[in-house]
Amino acid sequence: MDAPLLQVEGLTTHLFTDAGTVRAVEGVSLTIGRGEAVALVGESGCGKSMTALSLMRLVRPPGRILGGRVEFEGRNLLDLREEEMRRLRGGDIAMIFQDPMTFLNPLMRVGDQIAEAVRLHQGLDSRAAWRAALAALELVRIPAPDSVIEYYPHQLSGGMRQRVLIAMAISSRPSLLIADEPTTALDVTVQAQIMELLGDIRRELGSAMLLITHDLGLVAEYCDRIYVMYAGQIVEEADVGPLFASPQHPYTRALLKSTLGPDARVDAFESISGQPPDLARPPAGCRFHPRCPEALARCAHDEPPVIRPAAGRQARCWLLAQDAA
Amino acid sequence: MSLRPSLLLYVARRLLQAVPLVFVIILINFFLIHAAPGDPVDFLVGTMEATPEYLEGLRREFGLDQPLPVQLWRYVSKIAVLDMGYSLRFRQPVFELIMSRLPATLLLMGTALVVSSIVGILLGVAAARRPHTATDHAATFVALAGYSMPVFWLGQLLLIAFSLHLNWFPTQGMYDLRAPSDGWGRIVDVAHHLVLPALTYSVYHLALVYRLMRVKMQETLALDYVTTARAKGVPERRVVYVHALRNAVLPIVTVIGLNFGFMLAGSVLTETVFAWPGMGRLLYEGIQGRDYPVLMGLFTCLSVMVILVNIITDVVYAVIDPRVVYR
Repeated sequence: MDAPLLQVEGLTTHLFTDAGTVRAVEGVSLTIGRGEAVALVGESGCGKSMTALSLMRLVRPPGRILGGRVEFEGRNLLDLREEEMRRLRGGDIAMIFQDPMTFLNPLMRVGDQIAEAVRLHQGLDSRAAWRAALAALELVRIPAPDSVIEYYPHQLSGGMRQRVLIAMAISSRPSLLIADEPTTALDVTVQAQIMELLGDIRRELGSAMLLITHDLGLVAEYCDRIYVMYAGQIVEEADVGPLFASPQHPYTRALLKSTLGPDARVDAFESISGQPPDLARPPAGCRFHPRCPEALARCAHDEPPVIRPAAGRQARCWLLAQDAA
Repeated sequence: MSLRPSLLLYVARRLLQAVPLVFVIILINFFLIHAAPGDPVDFLVGTMEATPEYLEGLRREFGLDQPLPVQLWRYVSKIAVLDMGYSLRFRQPVFELIMSRLPATLLLMGTALVVSSIVGILLGVAAARRPHTATDHAATFVALAGYSMPVFWLGQLLLIAFSLHLNWFPTQGMYDLRAPSDGWGRIVDVAHHLVLPALTYSVYHLALVYRLMRVKMQETLALDYVTTARAKGVPERRVVYVHALRNAVLPIVTVIGLNFGFMLAGSVLTETVFAWPGMGRLLYEGIQGRDYPVLMGLFTCLSVMVILVNIITDVVYAVIDPRVVYR
């Protein structure tokens, strides 16, 4: 079996704020194979984005990566010197962000922003970089790319800006694309276009993708495997089909019930009761137990073990341990 | 950052809009001076015994016997052709007098403004990159002290320390009569005289720019597009000085432009302390001598300078920020 493209083990990132230590990422482990599309799903504030930033080593103070391994093509990224890491960013690992309105520099032309990435990673002169930027804009199917390349971000719509961000990310043909809620800020029709586009580009470049989202609909349609994250921890992992067919963790079940599928009846819609926990003071035992409809007595003080009910599946829950016992 | 053709049109329109503004300023200046107590003829005559006929003759000579509207009309129509009258005290046309003092003020202010803006911006950026360290706190403390210090007091402290005790710099003026009057010798001489007044001038502005730049830069470095730049592998130095600086410096441009007016006002104090032969000291001498034409001429010229600098500020802003629409 081939070594995976990315193998993360025990990644831990905390934010040291005045209000206390926020345990945003707590021992996260995940694996992404070459060309695979993997989803990281959870409520907002569960640590998904912080996980993505940790993979890129872009965590800023007061946040700090405390430990773990991030093995990418055989190298532990957490051991690299900053200069080596910088070369990887936007080169072999690229990132697409959530809000196309705020993630582009308002004072730089679109073309200059893409060409900058190209110049940094491919060592092209400015004219060749400009041509590469034009090619990237064509690849993301922007209409009239040779005039858009001269535009400033404020002259473009949200969907167009997201295409520009994607063009920037793929300009150096990355082997891993981290997409942090790439369609959340866009309306539904544009959402579908952008996801189709990402799929096409991945097929063309052979890139793997880590899709960070709270939208299970997107996951079902565009991903192979899924990690469910709750309060800084991975609580369940499965291939997309089995996960939707038989979710193992109560949180995953609740998450699925709170999503309206195309054939769901509106009265079957359920929201998850209670609030996501404060990561500065996570609950003892299982972090989900205060909101869990099936919680046992021991869930309140003992941390649940990671159970592997089948190959390629895992879940962090006492209920499964009971079954196994 | 290409210059759009509409920019020229914009500048022309702004200049045109400034004309009625200047007119209103001239009006205000005129009535302000006439509302002030004191009679210039009394001052001219001084302690000399003068007959009422002689005083009347002087008043007629300077047109001070005419009704106010007539004086105003004559003043405005003369200013239109840059005739600002004749200084009672300096016995010289006012416009000529002001223009002879302009270069000294521009040299002093320009040096202070440019040096303190650049140093303030660089220090602000440096502090923003390492916030909440000991160096940052020390710099903020020094800046706060500089920001709060009265200019005339600081000027005198510098004089006592560096001129009287250390004897490194001259105490006053712009030239040394024994120094060469042209070429490099002259430049070095003027620069030597320039150091202390320019330093005095700079402290407040430097502190202001530094404090503002530190805050703006910290804010900007936390913005999303800065994260984008880092995520595409831009080296940190370039992230700071190319991506963040241009954005963070925008409000500073406005403040530097605004501060120009305050610095002009402050030139009265600094130039008086250092006997610098500029417009500020001319204003001081004019007030002492109740020299109406000089004061009115100065107010008008200073106002026009402030208006021009405001226009320049807006143009610079528009050149940096493509989102600005010229209307």
